[in-house]
Amino acid sequence: MSTETQKIEELANQEYKYGFYTDIETDSAPPGLNEDIIRLISGKKKEPEFMLKWRLKAYKHWLTMKEPTWANVHYGPIDYQSIVYYSAPKRKEDGPQSLDEVDPQLLETYKKLGIPLEEQELLAGVAVDAVFDSVSVATTFKEKLGELGIIFCPFSEAVQDHPDLVKKYLGSVVPHTDNFFASLNSAVFSDGSFVYIPEGVRCPMELSTYFRINAKNTGQFERTLIIADKGSYVSYLEGCTAPMRDENQLHAAVVELIALDDAQIKYSTIQNWYPGDEEGKGGIYNFVTKRGKCLGRNSKISWTQVETGAAITWKYPGVLLIGDNSIGEFYSVALTKNWQQADTGTKMIHIGKNTRSNVVSKGISAGHGQNTYRGLIRISKSATGARNYTQCDSMLLGDQCGAHTFPYIEIKNSTAQMEHEASTSKVGEDQIFYCQSRGLSAEDAVSMIVNGFCKKVFKELPMEFAVEAQKLLSVNLEGSVG
Amino acid sequence: MIEATQTKKGTDPYLSSFAQLQKELEGKQPPWLQQIRKAAISRFSDLGFPTSRQEEWKYTEVAPIRRTLFRPAAYETNGLTTERLTGLTFGNLQCPRLVFLNGHYSAELSSLKGLPETVQVKSLAEVLEQNPDLVKPHLTQHAQYEDHPFVALNTALIQDGALVHVSKGEVIQEPIHLLFLSTAAEEVVAVHPRNLILVDSNSQVTIVESYIGLHKGVYFTNSVTEIVVAENAVVDHYKLHQESRKAFHIDTLQVHQDRSSSVRTFNATLGGELTRNEVNVVLDGEGAECNLNGLYLISGTQHVDNHTRLEHAKPHCDSREMYKGILDEKATGVFHGRIVVRPGAQKTDSKQTNNNLLLSDDALINTKPQLEIYANDVKCTHGATIGQLDPEALFYLRTRGIDRTTARSLLIYAFASQVVNRIKVDLVRTELDDYLFSWLPAGHLVREAI
Repeated sequence: MSTETQKIEELANQEYKYGFYTDIETDSAPPGLNEDIIRLISGKKKEPEFMLKWRLKAYKHWLTMKEPTWANVHYGPIDYQSIVYYSAPKRKEDGPQSLDEVDPQLLETYKKLGIPLEEQELLAGVAVDAVFDSVSVATTFKEKLGELGIIFCPFSEAVQDHPDLVKKYLGSVVPHTDNFFASLNSAVFSDGSFVYIPEGVRCPMELSTYFRINAKNTGQFERTLIIADKGSYVSYLEGCTAPMRDENQLHAAVVELIALDDAQIKYSTIQNWYPGDEEGKGGIYNFVTKRGKCLGRNSKISWTQVETGAAITWKYPGVLLIGDNSIGEFYSVALTKNWQQADTGTKMIHIGKNTRSNVVSKGISAGHGQNTYRGLIRISKSATGARNYTQCDSMLLGDQCGAHTFPYIEIKNSTAQMEHEASTSKVGEDQIFYCQSRGLSAEDAVSMIVNGFCKKVFKELPMEFAVEAQKLLSVNLEGSVG
Repeated sequence: MIEATQTKKGTDPYLSSFAQLQKELEGKQPPWLQQIRKAAISRFSDLGFPTSRQEEWKYTEVAPIRRTLFRPAAYETNGLTTERLTGLTFGNLQCPRLVFLNGHYSAELSSLKGLPETVQVKSLAEVLEQNPDLVKPHLTQHAQYEDHPFVALNTALIQDGALVHVSKGEVIQEPIHLLFLSTAAEEVVAVHPRNLILVDSNSQVTIVESYIGLHKGVYFTNSVTEIVVAENAVVDHYKLHQESRKAFHIDTLQVHQDRSSSVRTFNATLGGELTRNEVNVVLDGEGAECNLNGLYLISGTQHVDNHTRLEHAKPHCDSREMYKGILDEKATGVFHGRIVVRPGAQKTDSKQTNNNLLLSDDALINTKPQLEIYANDVKCTHGATIGQLDPEALFYLRTRGIDRTTARSLLIYAFASQVVNRIKVDLVRTELDDYLFSWLPAGHLVREAI
């Protein structure tokens, strides 16, 4: 261990800088879960009858399920009856008509997060559908998008304004029986985003939402549904943060993507939930179900994720490749430090002919972090000419951490071509030495090497996110050479 | 076949086999082994047969074994003579060999000519009767039965098998051949061979284990081999499965390596309806190295599950692993390779490769190459590929006037030979080559070409 290493470790111990708590009056349900709570949530949102039925169906199914334990993560039992399932910032009037009417304190929060809504409206051209705790507060650029026929609105609005679309697609990718957390989400989801891109439309801007868990003891159960009709294109960004708290908070979201013929969806996530403190106390449990369905021919769904936060991350964004010639992609950087645990990866299910998938996963572990890649590549009998390329690399920084790779590969078609590669290594002392001999400091050298390690993923991110991701990684990581 | 539906887990027949064996062995076995047997059988009855709901058995369904009522196998020559052995011993009767018929040692067919006296090659049953203290420190101490019902069953029913003990500094040139023959023609029997190979420091030995079915019947072989390798020792281990096409074979190879030792294993699965090969290696001394190789060449409705676990328990160990599979018709294959690097096992260098060739649309392969790493200064990689013959290579050969069948055979041979060429014992390599030539549609032409 060199002196650089110590310096680096000091930097790695940098505290969570998004841990502030906004004091806003909230309108919350009592903790606990039963049918009445679900009726309350549904009622608060003035949902049509079919939604309530769907929620109750999911709830009944959830009651019959057991919490899964197979993941390579460890945590104490979750008490589902102590969670508050609904919490909305209390509105002074009936609802904001424009940005000016949004609670200034709330806007302040976003400013601290570095996403000033006004500025974005003026300059960046990013339409943000911000989810603060559970209710969407403001949606920008709605009109501009509306001209093109694009629907980008909070989920609760979509349920009222576009019930046919919701009815048709909700649960078509992640059914309410899918898994324990998805069922729970289906029963109690509070809000989320809804996107519909009509036929032949290329969405002119990156759509973006920001999730933030603010109130104490609340679970964030958002639900996102994106439908790209024939020949359309959309790029969607999602960012997540939560304030610092001692207790663990649950985040169980569901994201469903549907791409019809020749459509493309690009979904990027930067997840920076509160990871807990140095002792591993507190932090978010990020148990998310994300899945896309390439329903049409020549469609494409691409997931890009940068996971630097959350005490436990447990998610496998997947793609069902049903349409012929459809393409699924997954690019991921997952960083675990201190006592963080991540069990993440992807599922690519090849069903259509000549379907392709590309998986690049980069795991970085530091401190006591445990990072697991778990992925499934299934090539069904019908998927003639399917191809898959998987690369999962791990980097270990520190001698207490772990990096694990558990790929599952199931091939039922002889014309399939499948390649899987994985490697585990550390930042070489010789690499650092070389950089230092060229006048770089040790931490710059590590930052450069790690960024190089992740480059293949970062280059898939939209411009603004790529910059943020690199910064986030440097901040979180700044050197932890073991 | 009788359906054993009345018992929930299908363990009853084995429990009664155990009771039967206990009666036979009364007063003839050391008390320590008696205790271990009891613990193992109770573990087996607790665990029951694994199901595909268990992660370790996800892709292998052992229900056909559970449902079949096997009888304990008896010693039966069925007219087998030394002359007939020629075809089963690589055409060479000169190698020292131990022959087991239905799991029981056959003194008349075995031959230990040419072995130095410092090497003990014996039937385990004999050693347990005459000198049990020799095996006490190692027998059942390495292959864990707590979580593995088949190892538990084998441990409970230990009767016979091979014991090889190479003493310090001895280098054995000739390979020692352990030949397990199933002679049962009609009877549905189960055998549980147990082998123990002890290699003292600075010595070297080559072991060839082969399992051959002489008839086309249904039987069940549940074998366990423990190899204990001391400092600086070198062991080459080959295992060849040529069981009958209706046979079930569950095999566990447990290797424990000490400092600076070197082990190579090779596993070839050619026969058997359902085969599971487990190879578990613990690198428990600095500087140890290990090289695992395997080839599975299956067709029909054969199912092969290769399960390897390489555990780097100490720093500075190297391991290499290469398994290749060729699957035709409706064959199904599984490769599950796990590399575990324990905390503190720094400077580990490990590389794992699994390549599969699917020759038919009905063939299926599931592969799970896994890394589990708890140390930072390591170099671990794994790679898995699944594909078919390269159309361009095929095209090239055809432009040279080679017909399609021959070209295909040539390319398949090339695919397999990469791992076959790693066999150091000429006789074994030739045997496997011959098998390949007879298996390939245009094998005889490939043989001429090479």
